[in-house]
Amino acid sequence: MEMKPLTRVLLGLVCLLVAIWLVAPTLVVVPMSFNENKSLAFPPQGFSWQWYQNFATNPDWSNAFLNSLKVASIVAVLATVLGTLAAFGLDRMKARPANLLRMLMLTPMVVPGVVLAIGIYAVYLDTQLVGTLIGFVLAHTILALPFVLIAVSASLEVFDRRLETAAASLGAGALTTFRTVTLPLIAPGVLSGLLFAFATSFDEIVVSLFITNPYLKTLPVQIFASITRDADPTVAAVGTILLFATTILIGGGMLLLGRERKGRP
Amino acid sequence: MNPVQASRGAAIDLEAISKAYGGFKALDGVSLRIEPGEFMTLLGPSGSGKTTTLNVIAGFTDVTSGKLLVGEKSVVGVPAHKRNIGVVFQHYALFPHMSVGRNVAYPLTLRGVDKATREARVARALDMVKMGDFAHRYPSELSGGQQQRVALARAIVFDPPLLLMDEPLGALDKKLREWLQLEIKRIHRELGTTFVYVTHDQEEALMLSDRIAVFNRGRIEQVGTGRQLYDEPATLFVGRFIGDSTVLRGEARSDGNSTALSIAGETVTAPRKLSGEASPVMLLRPEKLSLRRPGQSASGGNRLSGTIGEAIYLGSESKYEVKLADGSAAIVRSPLTGESFGLGDKVELCFDGSDATLLADDASADTTLT
Ligand SMILES: Nc1ncnc2c1ncn2[C@@H]1O[C@H](COP(=O)(O)OP(=O)(O)OP(=O)(O)O)[C@@H](O)[C@H]1O
Ligand SMILES: [Mg+2]
Repeated sequence: MEMKPLTRVLLGLVCLLVAIWLVAPTLVVVPMSFNENKSLAFPPQGFSWQWYQNFATNPDWSNAFLNSLKVASIVAVLATVLGTLAAFGLDRMKARPANLLRMLMLTPMVVPGVVLAIGIYAVYLDTQLVGTLIGFVLAHTILALPFVLIAVSASLEVFDRRLETAAASLGAGALTTFRTVTLPLIAPGVLSGLLFAFATSFDEIVVSLFITNPYLKTLPVQIFASITRDADPTVAAVGTILLFATTILIGGGMLLLGRERKGRP
Repeated sequence: MNPVQASRGAAIDLEAISKAYGGFKALDGVSLRIEPGEFMTLLGPSGSGKTTTLNVIAGFTDVTSGKLLVGEKSVVGVPAHKRNIGVVFQHYALFPHMSVGRNVAYPLTLRGVDKATREARVARALDMVKMGDFAHRYPSELSGGQQQRVALARAIVFDPPLLLMDEPLGALDKKLREWLQLEIKRIHRELGTTFVYVTHDQEEALMLSDRIAVFNRGRIEQVGTGRQLYDEPATLFVGRFIGDSTVLRGEARSDGNSTALSIAGETVTAPRKLSGEASPVMLLRPEKLSLRRPGQSASGGNRLSGTIGEAIYLGSESKYEVKLADGSAAIVRSPLTGESFGLGDKVELCFDGSDATLLADDASADTTLT
């Protein structure tokens, strides 16, 4: 459709404004991380790398970062495996019970985080899971599972099940069919579920605040603790690192997907 | 398996197969013997149970009752992936994430065939369907006809003793369909495999098959060669489903060995009798009917008066639709060398009584056909 020049300029302007509005708060973090003074004031003064140094050398920060990486990696794998199996099972069930079960599994997304956190905390006190790796992994998996379920279910929705019949006629049993036909074709959904699960765990804060203790902190907990205690610009340095890491990850993923699509129209 | 040795086809026995969905009987006591190496077509209108029969043989659908033998062995309860039967689907069902070569190699990989043998057999199967140059393409880069040829290669590459095809050419245009019919016929001849082919296109059935099983409402009405079905239909449904036909209905009177029908005041006779109570109708093929101008003297035989309702020029011959006095229509085919008639001409429809097939009337034959 052809647009009038004026319309096009106006549209561009509006898009630009919305874009600035969306990313500006995030980008503010970048200059703040190079502040010379120990303050979170904006605009920052001077220039220094000291907060990045602090992040790398201060065990409070590096341990928290490694903990988060560890927890999020395990959660991503666990939630992806469980969520994919659940999505597959629900896809093959009768519609009515499947919808009920699906709603049940999606509740962690709907229930207020604080309520969930209180519940988990109460259970963890009894079972001594507070401040443990298992405790974090289990809690985060509950939260990440719905994202995997949704992503994989969407892929299964468009998957042509008649291909499984064809595979059977060619000699493939149920497991082989899943491994060689179904899984490769729903892989984009599984992959985005994996990413979502990782991200969900990596920046989870509400439940984490409840089940953390001085021996095991994740990065968001450390950020929160730091910012409530003093105005330490290391927070901004961490934010900047995460910003670039996610940009590269997502951008790279999109590039890869785009190339694959072009190679196989 | 030795590639030189042609694989022998398997025999199939369906014995009183029934399949019910809730209270609805999709198959109602289907019995059929298919000989090794035979090309059998299941023909019938939509919803008559052709696909269900094929799915039962392939193992995609389990039966409610009845026996099923493939190669003289019962396969009831054997899952589809253990039956070693090739299947070609109307919707191609190629794996979109695999190249043509990997699609065709898939059944061989599953069977643990080593790489060298696998590549040789894939190449041979692709050559057989004339797709040898396309091994590196992906299914989305092929036309419908090309995809179906790859699907055919994939279904025969593991030398199954039986190949099932469910309207494999249904989604293709007429020219391509006719060419692929010839290809399928050639491949059947070269392989010696038993083929079971589903279609609702009677011309396709006549062109391909050794024998045809005509389905109607979950039952088989008749099994036979195309010629048998055309010349000696067992039921009115078969007579009307295969080829063009004219059905004469009237007040019936049987005496001795002949039957007379009185139609709007005129009487026609056939030197035959129908056994049983049902009221008889006469079925006539278009080439057994001829047209004359009224009053023209003619030898003996039956005559009915009518008017030309439709005249169609078909190149080598003309096809006329004649409105009879009772309102029904007759279809006549006559060579261009004969006299030609125009729309609205009064004519006499002539035929020899011995050319008429007497069949039991069945009002439902008309409704299921349309
Ligand atoms: N899964 C099912 N549940 C209920 N009814 C079914 C099911 N599958 C088939 N049927 C019914 O069984 C009957 C036979 O179906 P079938 O698919 O065998 O017909 P067909 O002869 O292949 O027709 P077509 O030429 O349209 O493909 C139809 O009336 C159909 O509605
Ligand atoms: Mg069908």
